[in-house]
Amino acid sequence: MINDEDENAYQSLAAAIGGEERWAFGTGFDDPLAGIDTTVPADLDAAALAEQCLALGDDALVMAQRLGLWCSNAPELEDEVAIANIALDLLGQARMVLTRAAQADPSVRPPSAPAHVPDEDALAYFRDPHEFRNVRLAALDPDGDFGVLIAQLCAFTEYRITRLDDAQASKDPVLSAIAIKGRIEATYHREYATGWLIRLGDGTDESRRRMVSALSIIWPYLPDFDREVFDAALSRASLEAPPQQPAPFVDERTPLIEEMQSLARAIPEATW
Amino acid sequence: MSGRAYDIAATVCDPELPMLTLHDLGILRGVDDEGGRVIVTITPTYSGCPAMAEIRADIHRALTRAGYADVDVRTVLAPPWSSDDITAEGRATLAAHGIAPPHRANNRTPLTLITRTSRPSCPQCGSSDTTTLSAFGATACRDLHRCNACLETFEQVKAI
Repeated sequence: MINDEDENAYQSLAAAIGGEERWAFGTGFDDPLAGIDTTVPADLDAAALAEQCLALGDDALVMAQRLGLWCSNAPELEDEVAIANIALDLLGQARMVLTRAAQADPSVRPPSAPAHVPDEDALAYFRDPHEFRNVRLAALDPDGDFGVLIAQLCAFTEYRITRLDDAQASKDPVLSAIAIKGRIEATYHREYATGWLIRLGDGTDESRRRMVSALSIIWPYLPDFDREVFDAALSRASLEAPPQQPAPFVDERTPLIEEMQSLARAIPEATW
Repeated sequence: MSGRAYDIAATVCDPELPMLTLHDLGILRGVDDEGGRVIVTITPTYSGCPAMAEIRADIHRALTRAGYADVDVRTVLAPPWSSDDITAEGRATLAAHGIAPPHRANNRTPLTLITRTSRPSCPQCGSSDTTTLSAFGATACRDLHRCNACLETFEQVKAI
């Protein structure tokens, strides 16, 4: 039932069914920490907590954006679904920790963000690319190479588990709870990524050649993390750590973030 | 957990698995009727679950319709939801609707490396000869399998 006076078919549908909250594609998202006790414990260093939340949030947001670009470009429909679902989990984590960062220390909110924009969107869309705190590995562009994506995702997931373990020990109950939940999701992502690493590394001559090349591409971007499981997966895949090379001097984050921010910056009053 | 307000909130259905109530899915953590004010506590299945706002609204609507004027729906993140929290009735309902119930998740023990060994039985013909097509599916909470006996493709609630 489309109302002629309403140009937006989704809004008409939502009105007919009973409220736009029924639609994941509705015209607004509600606070990802809605209904949670968000008091910041008084004995915590709020600025340090905000920093930790921003780093966790930016890693997840940038990786989710990079993974989202695989939609319609993955080798199989099943992998497309998998990659999009991993991105969705990471985006959910990003929304919660970015919101938490601004609750802990409101000064992290960029002053250029219009007042009506919620904190998570202000941080995602109105900071400049150089202000993001993500690891370079998350922004790395696999350029359509599925092997590079798998190597990137394997390393990123292990790195994220290390960081979530740190966050789990936080004295902030909200960050700790987000991290415990996120870690369960990350271990599920790890199963997908290491499954492919082993299949390709230990597969045909061609798949092995491609994985060896993929590892050499991601290796200079490896952040510091607990390597135990990652190294075990490499060995199960009959792969070895390549010789260390310096990372190329290429800024892959700026174009990724500029694209992500383009709509929100061009039309700050836009809703989706 | 009991009481009239709980019974009402417990019968609200999940928007993405509409054959399950919130109670069956195990995301309803508590309902406190404080004499006129009802506080409902829920937990998300996944961090990126897009259905939380709808679930909150549905609970609100159901309780308001039942005469509760003051309803507050709160969220807790800890302890995290696990597919192990789905009730026995919920598992039976899933199977009856062609969705395989999850095997035990074991999230609460440390994981070392790739442990996925359990395969669901086909909810159509019951065969245990099934193949995982994808560890992810149409929503954050489901994955995809195929039965090698009856050749039907079917979903399972992800064990997490």
